[in-house]
Amino acid sequence: MQLALFLIFGGLAVAGALNLLLQRHPINSALSLVVVMMSLAVLYWSLGAEFLAASQVIVYSGAIMVFFVFVIMLLNAGEEERTTGSRAAYLVGFPGAAAIFCLLSFVFLSERKALGYTNIGGYLNHVTSNISEISTILFTKLLLPFEVTSILILVAILGAVVLARKEQ
Amino acid sequence: MLPQVPIAAYLILAAILFSVGVAAFLIKRNLITIFMSIELMLNAVNLTFVAFAHMWHQLSGQIFVFFVMVVAAAEAAVGLAIIIAIFRTRETLNVDQIDLMKS
Repeated sequence: MQLALFLIFGGLAVAGALNLLLQRHPINSALSLVVVMMSLAVLYWSLGAEFLAASQVIVYSGAIMVFFVFVIMLLNAGEEERTTGSRAAYLVGFPGAAAIFCLLSFVFLSERKALGYTNIGGYLNHVTSNISEISTILFTKLLLPFEVTSILILVAILGAVVLARKEQ
Repeated sequence: MLPQVPIAAYLILAAILFSVGVAAFLIKRNLITIFMSIELMLNAVNLTFVAFAHMWHQLSGQIFVFFVMVVAAAEAAVGLAIIIAIFRTRETLNVDQIDLMKS
């Protein structure tokens, strides 16, 4: 079950990410990013993070991606053009990304024994529910950071309004 | 016994997503697509946080992912507003033509 979920949705996530890279039109990239985020939500659920799976669907694939699609349609963005700058980016981009991937996977594979294996649902120590435990920590120990995020969101909304306002 | 998946497999999946995000960030010429690849990189990092939280049976990783999501939402709002402002003044989304700070 865990293996099947991982193979199906991990493959879907990689395919979506590659599709984001290969598509020329931004709206296609945005839609393939939705596929990536949805399959990541399933993977979170399989790792025992039900709350995060729900908020991934609501916040990322719901709010943020709708925002992206809205802006793409508002600006009427067309296909991207290849210019001279993109050739240099090709020369730097693919080897750089491959180097990062090789480094990370080397570290993870050499520590594979120490990392261990997953179980479906993922259990926490002496905890009945994931969500109740998260809310307990969030409203007691981490109350100040939690409240600061609300201020952050408020400042971001004000900043967005000021930036997107039409000049008089 | 259900077939289990090594944690390293999840971490390597996250590494694949992160490096595809880096490649898209460097190669793409459209401002909105570059912004989307930043979101992809944030998601890849979130997957490693959740995998490590599962591994240690701790919640700190999951709570950190929650905060990353909040910051990503705020960042998306401000970033897209900046993109709209740039498009108003420059009439383009190509990063090669957005060179206001050059020279």
